[in-house]
Amino acid sequence: MAQLAGHYTYWVTVLLMAAGLYILIARGNLVKKLIGLSVFQTSVYLLYIAPGKLIGGTAPIVDAAFQVYSNPLPHVLILTAIVVGIATLALGLALVVRIREAYGSIEEDEIIAADARDGDRE
Amino acid sequence: MIVQTLLTLMAVVVLALVVQRNLFSVVVLAGIYSFLMATVLVALDAVDVAMTEASVGAGISTVLLLGALYLCGGEEAKPLTRPWLPLVVTLVIVGALVYGTLGLPAFSDPQAPIHTHVVPRYLSGALAETGVPNVVTAVLASYRGYDTLGETVVVFTAGIGVIALLRRARRAKGEGA
Amino acid sequence: MKREPVLRVVGKLLIPYMLMFALYVQFHGDFGPGGGFQAGVVTAAAVIFYALIFGLPAARRVVPEALVETLVALGALVYMSVGFAGLLLGGNYLDYFVLAHDTVHGQERGIFWVEIGVLITVSGVMLKIFYMFAGRRREG
Repeated sequence: MAQLAGHYTYWVTVLLMAAGLYILIARGNLVKKLIGLSVFQTSVYLLYIAPGKLIGGTAPIVDAAFQVYSNPLPHVLILTAIVVGIATLALGLALVVRIREAYGSIEEDEIIAADARDGDRE
Repeated sequence: MIVQTLLTLMAVVVLALVVQRNLFSVVVLAGIYSFLMATVLVALDAVDVAMTEASVGAGISTVLLLGALYLCGGEEAKPLTRPWLPLVVTLVIVGALVYGTLGLPAFSDPQAPIHTHVVPRYLSGALAETGVPNVVTAVLASYRGYDTLGETVVVFTAGIGVIALLRRARRAKGEGA
Repeated sequence: MKREPVLRVVGKLLIPYMLMFALYVQFHGDFGPGGGFQAGVVTAAAVIFYALIFGLPAARRVVPEALVETLVALGALVYMSVGFAGLLLGGNYLDYFVLAHDTVHGQERGIFWVEIGVLITVSGVMLKIFYMFAGRRREG
């Protein structure tokens, strides 16, 4: 039972990942897709950092008063991942703005239909 | 206990985010999600990461999304067909991942491989070799300096990319982008 | 928004403290949570706050576009120069221990300059992206 209580963290992480993935593949609005991608990425951060936690430990800043520290290596990895995630989001949003100006809409279905219409004409 | 409570709140916020169609509400919910994530990270002793997630995820990300929403329009259209295939795919992936998590070591096990291989060397050597008590900064800037160089170049490239995409050419308005 | 007295006064009180907090996070990142990325984002947030209250043209007068574009590239250049300094002083690329008379002091100096490079690039890029999104006029 204690093991199941411990695994609850991982299961909620899987749920968040699934919700992000569902928004990404099931919704047609481009901005909402990007938000789904960012939710997905955030759940992956949780997946990396949760196993590094030691109950009774403290933040990994070395000090004479503490002996047990939580694992610092996932933190380093995820710091880089967060910054790369915001870079991706900014580029994605710039692309969405240009798509809106070119097609007049940010719904995937309308864009594909407009492409099919104008593609035949070219 | 507090981690589990916050995680349940985050799950509720994300489920609301999936069904909401007004994009402004979706952006606000994403900001709430980021703040809850930052709190969970503090509860998991990841203080550097929590500061970065709060400032980047709830701060800059919300500003950029609102800016993009102003330029693009604020309502999501109702889907034409019920998305059964994506739902099935998502549920299959959830099943596979939950089966995978059963093989993970128990939460907060000091004998798990993640704590016994490389980390004791960093925790004991960081202060003596680099003079910096914050092990995360020492690893980020000194032991793994190349990765941080790559990350800085990625941020730089994102800036260049946005400039290239959104720069207005100095031509007459009527000629198109 | 600049007609609202509450926003104007609170903004003028808070922005210096936000910038000071960004510098604190940057330099105290060795002893507590913090470092280049967080400080860069907080610096950009202070200027974005100013732009939201007083308008984008006012913010462009305080922090001109040319300066921001220079900052974007300057930070990456500083980081790479620390690497080359290591090469010129006898070690490998991005070796810090050759940068000072003593290994530990060399590491501290290297970490200091590398974090400054990260601060400059991250604050420049975040601010530039905001300027590009906010300065674009809506069409149709």
